[in-house]
Amino acid sequence: MTYSLNVNGTAHEVDVDGDTPLLWVLRDVLGLTGTKFGCGVAQCGACTVHLDGMAVRSCVTPVEGVGSSQITTIEAIGAGEPGRRIQEAWLAQEVVQCGYCQSGQIMSAAALLAENPEPTDEDIDAAMAGNICRCGTYPRIRAAIKLAAGAPAGNGG
Amino acid sequence: MGLLDKIPEARLSRRTFVISALFAGGSLIVAPRLIGQAQAAETAELTAFIRIPPTGRIALVVPAAEMGQGVYMGIATLIAEELEVTLDQVEAVAAPADPMRYAHPMLGDQITGGSVTIRGFWEPMRKAGATARLMLIAAAAAEWGVAPASCRAEAGEVIHDASGRRLAYGALAEKAAAMPVPQDVPLKSAGAFKLIGKPAHRLDTPAKVNGTAVFGLDARPPGVKFAAIAICPTFGGTLKSVDDSAALKVKGVRQIVKLSDAVAVVADHTGAARKGLAALGVAWERGANGALDTAELERRIEAAMEGEALVALDDGDVAAAEAAHERGVSAIYRLPILAHTTMEPMNCTVHVRPDSCEVWVGTQVAGRARRTAAEVTGLPLDKVTVHNHLLGGGFGRRLDFDGVTMAVRVAREVEGPVQVVWSREEDIRHDSYRYLNLSRIDIRLGPDGLPVSWNHRVVGPAVMARFLPMLFKDGVDLDQTGGAESPYDIANKRVEFARHEAPDGMLTGNWRGVGPTRNAPAIEGGIDEAAHLAGVDPVEYRRKLLANDPRLRAVLDLAAERAGWGGDLGPERGRGIALMPDFGSFAATVAQVHVAPDGTLTVERIVCAADCGQAINPDVLRQQIESGIVYGLSAALYGRLTLKDGAVVEGNFDDQPVLRINECPPIEVHIVASAEAPGGVGELGTPGVAPALMNAIFAATGKRLYSLPLTSAELRRS
Repeated sequence: MTYSLNVNGTAHEVDVDGDTPLLWVLRDVLGLTGTKFGCGVAQCGACTVHLDGMAVRSCVTPVEGVGSSQITTIEAIGAGEPGRRIQEAWLAQEVVQCGYCQSGQIMSAAALLAENPEPTDEDIDAAMAGNICRCGTYPRIRAAIKLAAGAPAGNGG
Repeated sequence: MGLLDKIPEARLSRRTFVISALFAGGSLIVAPRLIGQAQAAETAELTAFIRIPPTGRIALVVPAAEMGQGVYMGIATLIAEELEVTLDQVEAVAAPADPMRYAHPMLGDQITGGSVTIRGFWEPMRKAGATARLMLIAAAAAEWGVAPASCRAEAGEVIHDASGRRLAYGALAEKAAAMPVPQDVPLKSAGAFKLIGKPAHRLDTPAKVNGTAVFGLDARPPGVKFAAIAICPTFGGTLKSVDDSAALKVKGVRQIVKLSDAVAVVADHTGAARKGLAALGVAWERGANGALDTAELERRIEAAMEGEALVALDDGDVAAAEAAHERGVSAIYRLPILAHTTMEPMNCTVHVRPDSCEVWVGTQVAGRARRTAAEVTGLPLDKVTVHNHLLGGGFGRRLDFDGVTMAVRVAREVEGPVQVVWSREEDIRHDSYRYLNLSRIDIRLGPDGLPVSWNHRVVGPAVMARFLPMLFKDGVDLDQTGGAESPYDIANKRVEFARHEAPDGMLTGNWRGVGPTRNAPAIEGGIDEAAHLAGVDPVEYRRKLLANDPRLRAVLDLAAERAGWGGDLGPERGRGIALMPDFGSFAATVAQVHVAPDGTLTVERIVCAADCGQAINPDVLRQQIESGIVYGLSAALYGRLTLKDGAVVEGNFDDQPVLRINECPPIEVHIVASAEAPGGVGELGTPGVAPALMNAIFAATGKRLYSLPLTSAELRRS
């Protein structure tokens, strides 16, 4: 079956089963490999994208459920705010190590700041707890979100 | 101590070996040449590590894999320092799989592991930069008809101050490649460093925040298909039968590949491949390990502990000391089976043609990946190309190439390139495991309360026997036993090794922190218990035993001071400390915990002081220690795989949790400035975490734990 998707402002037609997770359509059919596979069961957050600005786990989002929602991926998140600020803060704080989970981290952080421009530590923990990082960049993620939000970054603790 | 310091021969010949490899053997710095014939203008290769195009960025070829540890940045900094270029004039690129040119000078193979990359390349990379710089200067001097000594290099140009003339490296490179390769090039003294030790942003991260970084899983050779794989869940089992009728009806599924011990579904995209795999009716022959469970594996290793052991170290007379002194500490520390759970699950993309094979993968062992592809396909080595990629985490998992072997076996049956993708469950259930490990420690105290003997029996697999045989000597795994004697001044010391391997078919390997991670709980838990038995503060006790180890004593003191050691924390809270002298570096970690009456354990704060010698990039050093600590926390709090009916039970982050941001305590890293040679940093933070927590729990509750992970059930008081 054919589905019409709007990804990063561009319309695409894809011919896949309706239960195909959006993740694989993005990565393997459309070639947008910035969105990552980590667990397949919405446990790790590496596959996070936005549907109409809301963070979702694309590994458990069937393509047939996307409808006319605007899909935004890491490739385009820097085209707007707060995505651009988040990316800059990530570099300024040197958050990134292996980098594999960071697409998902940035997508979650961008959704958080869009909804809550001045998150507390607790808000950050709640919004980011679904995104695992095995390199242990959590303290710097906290600092970078605060920097992007305009608050003093501190030591990230 | 470090992995390499555990081989006496390597310690003696290290300098000689590096120099000879550089200039005599020609394996590291090869004859200059021109490459890139397909390009309009030719790029000159000055040494194997520097490619200078006529215009644009200079490519620095990094012989190690980037898995987050910042090695692209580290190697680029070393080369750029002596080449006299700025970091914004260069890009770091992965070296091809070619151990003849890119082997680690001490490991003798193209391996990224053991926290030795910078230690080994510290001198050769600067020499490569200096060699190329001198050749560029020679080329400019010849061009101008002036003496090379009257020219200097700066920011990618050669400058002749007397005449004010200058030429960019790009304009000189072709001529420079024809210059004689200088011998015995001098290196800058530390005081002259412009880049080394200075803050600078990493080169690899901009692409990692906008989705353009290319990991192994992002390889997209034209026409690539995608395969989902199921490997026999029992170790050593085989594929019995497959009903693929339903799978073949799944839209996008192209082919089912049946191997002796696995089955793969090849499709147009991974979603279809996974759906097809789920639709397969697979029966397995469970094999000889089909009935194994955790209790049986534990019974076996406990039996090994009571059996024969080899003596790895015997200083003084432990037996006499033990006969003369009864008071002491005796304990057995028990470590579980661990997975690595890199964020990027195992994957490998392969195109097998009749006369060649191409592999796209992120690996810590590019040369071995190439060799296994050659072996599986039967092709000569030079017909196999490995394109190494960024690694979505390594932690030792990608030091093994079992995933490459399997992917090539699948690809051999497929027309065109195929990307074989492990599910998270397959990744955890077919890891290269950190296996069960036991440490029996017996420390006897003299009348003054200080130890008179140290007796440590280590029981576990000899990973080095297959992984790096030069670290397996007379039946002893030197990675596992080196350091087991502890850093403490004790007159009589004995270390024994009882080799105990996992069941056949279960791969055991290196896990972040390697041997030291396995020994640290027993060493640092044991000495802590001895301190309490002697009635001496654990920091003061350690200090007394480190009279001859100023660098370790300094990090001990610094960590204690910054953590507020000795300050009152009130009830239910405690601090614990653990030292880690290894990888050529020194660290002290203080953990602060809260233990609620119901046993709930909260890690409230981690403070780490580290002396890693000369920092190449101080912030990367800090990053790595933070990273090692979080990795250690995950393992200490949650890490444990179990077996039932011959298969690993846990399969994803729900039943094998790792630390999440809401559980991550504040982490403070304090770096001791040092001009000593660089030590390793990638693994330094990990080993001390578990013993620091164990010691903190004791301080908080009076209860000492001897096994990992740390479970609330053992800590419940109400």
